[in-house]
Amino acid sequence: MAELTLMKNAAEQQLAAEWTAAKAKLPGAAPLRAAAFETFAKAGLPHRRVEEWKYTDLRALMREAKPLAVRPDAAAFATLGETDAGLGDLDARRIVIADGYLAPGWTDLNESDPGITIVELMAWLGEADLFRLNSIPDAARKDIAVSLNTAFMTGGVVIHVRKDACIERPIHLAHVFSGKTAAAIYPRSIVIVEPGARLMLIESHEGPDGIDYQANTALQIFAGDGAHVDHVKVTREGDTALHISSLMADVGAHARFNTFGYTTGGGVVRNQLFLRFGGEGTVANIRGATLLKGRQHADTTLVVDHAAAGCQSREVFKSVLDDESRGIFQGKIVVRPGAQKTDAKMASHALMLSDEAEADNKPELEIFADDVQCGHGATAGDLDEDLLFYLRARGIPSAEAEALLIQAFVGEAIEGVEHAGLREALIEAVQAWLKARG
Amino acid sequence: MSLLEIKNLHVEIDGKKILNGLDLTVNAGEVHAIMGPNGSGKSTLAYVLAGKADYEVTDGQVLFDGEDVLAMEPDERAAKGVFLAFQYPIEIPGVATMTFLRTALNAQRKKRGEAELTTPEFMKRVREASGKLSISQDMLRRAVNVGFSGGEKKRNEILQMALLEPRLAVLDETDSGLDIDALKIVADGVNRLRSPERATIVITHYQRLLDYIVPDIVHVLSKGRIVKTGGKELALELEASGYAQFQEAPVAAE
Repeated sequence: MAELTLMKNAAEQQLAAEWTAAKAKLPGAAPLRAAAFETFAKAGLPHRRVEEWKYTDLRALMREAKPLAVRPDAAAFATLGETDAGLGDLDARRIVIADGYLAPGWTDLNESDPGITIVELMAWLGEADLFRLNSIPDAARKDIAVSLNTAFMTGGVVIHVRKDACIERPIHLAHVFSGKTAAAIYPRSIVIVEPGARLMLIESHEGPDGIDYQANTALQIFAGDGAHVDHVKVTREGDTALHISSLMADVGAHARFNTFGYTTGGGVVRNQLFLRFGGEGTVANIRGATLLKGRQHADTTLVVDHAAAGCQSREVFKSVLDDESRGIFQGKIVVRPGAQKTDAKMASHALMLSDEAEADNKPELEIFADDVQCGHGATAGDLDEDLLFYLRARGIPSAEAEALLIQAFVGEAIEGVEHAGLREALIEAVQAWLKARG
Repeated sequence: MSLLEIKNLHVEIDGKKILNGLDLTVNAGEVHAIMGPNGSGKSTLAYVLAGKADYEVTDGQVLFDGEDVLAMEPDERAAKGVFLAFQYPIEIPGVATMTFLRTALNAQRKKRGEAELTTPEFMKRVREASGKLSISQDMLRRAVNVGFSGGEKKRNEILQMALLEPRLAVLDETDSGLDIDALKIVADGVNRLRSPERATIVITHYQRLLDYIVPDIVHVLSKGRIVKTGGKELALELEASGYAQFQEAPVAAE
């Protein structure tokens, strides 16, 4: 088949120019970066004819590529203030990553807990071999957003939890965009949870309204046999920001892996999850809640790869779509040959608060084993009039009745978060969103 | 002034006439029973009083305490003291029963310019009311009506009524699906609320409930109008003779 070469658009040309200018200065992993950039250069930005990006035409949405953010100076870091990511006074060990760089003044890497070490990504890159960085699920390897992150990544942390260590206090990776003008940021972090260890990890992403900055963030999690990892991502970028995130998780045998994504912010958001269950008997809860208004666009694209027998995964995604917003869910469950007794059930539900909102659902099952239980269900609908009437007949005013029902709808996804304090904080975040809706 | 005055009420749903010039006056302190065959308009009357959309009032008037109820939103009516015990109470997954009760109670109080209840005061009231209705703590911990049996749902309606202390309670076939023990519990709950300031409209198909909630006045509803009114003995009469005699009654409006 003849290869079709698209004219490079402005964003692609700018990315190429950035690469040429920056590649000698980007710290570490030069061959990996070069190979990743090459993947991008060949394919260009993904567009609607690339199946995985069908509903989020990045080439059209990203008219230009913003310049690479520079490391904030000490004064800029000092103005960060408290970044609680809307999670209130949640007790967590907070690590601030500003504009893709670890913020020294806001980070305590040396807290003495023998079970865990946290180092700056670049310090680690200098000494470590690169196999972890390059050890990413197949579906992510050819993804252009992941490739761009690998090519341009600037900073983040490497968290290492030792075998059988139970880290009681959640770790919070608080990403902020601190710039006054638009820029592109490429944070990357790696989390290694050794066999039998337990970690609760929160990542948050926020920034100011009115600046069309671009965040392309990546997180790799390696969960060993018998590990228990809870991951929560809070995305509340500024209202004109472009946010692309890629979660890549490799989970061992008899592990527990829970992830919950909460998205309310960003003009355009693309949350990618590439999860691989490589050992038997693992149980995973994969959930998300997205609340959109105005003209926001949020896309959750999920690939769950059951590569070993006897794993159970539950996928529950909820979106609340107001005004002219658009919510997309693409969920693919792959069951590899030999992954017998896989039990996977996926559900995605959209609640439409406006006639102008749009919900797109694309569930896919690719099953290559014959003794499995897999299913999916998708719905999109309005608030139930009978439920509203019941609440109103008890004296609850219309707006409050709607808020109760919306909260209940989203609550089904939030209740999967095992950490009680965090669950409460998320419910409060939903209430705040509803209050702002009026 | 009467607590409730319904004059010449005509109601349609999807262009179909359900109520055809219904007149009804209920004074404070009274318990009225409305009986009638299926399709006579009993539930429509209940829904129209509570303010359900879909019902079109084409003529007539409903005054509650002298005010035009039909112009009010459902939540305003509730705050004024109109309560409907649903024939089929709805399950609301994800909304905790306690949250629901508290939100409803405080919304009504706020509307009436009263202070919100403190948590201990609210808890005390719920404990008292639920105890009398044999509603377990476990039920209260669940989402509204989710996983409740038919009888539990009906008792939950009466719990809401007990907490909200309405001035006019409309019970829409609250007896359906109840065994005799549950029926007594529900009837006791209704009777506890009887007072000179309040009124109750009991909509029912059968006379059975009226053994326990003894009405002052009994009406027969047929083809969208009240065709006969009498004392409590009328219910017994109906039990013996059935509704057939009334279904043959001519309807002037048609």
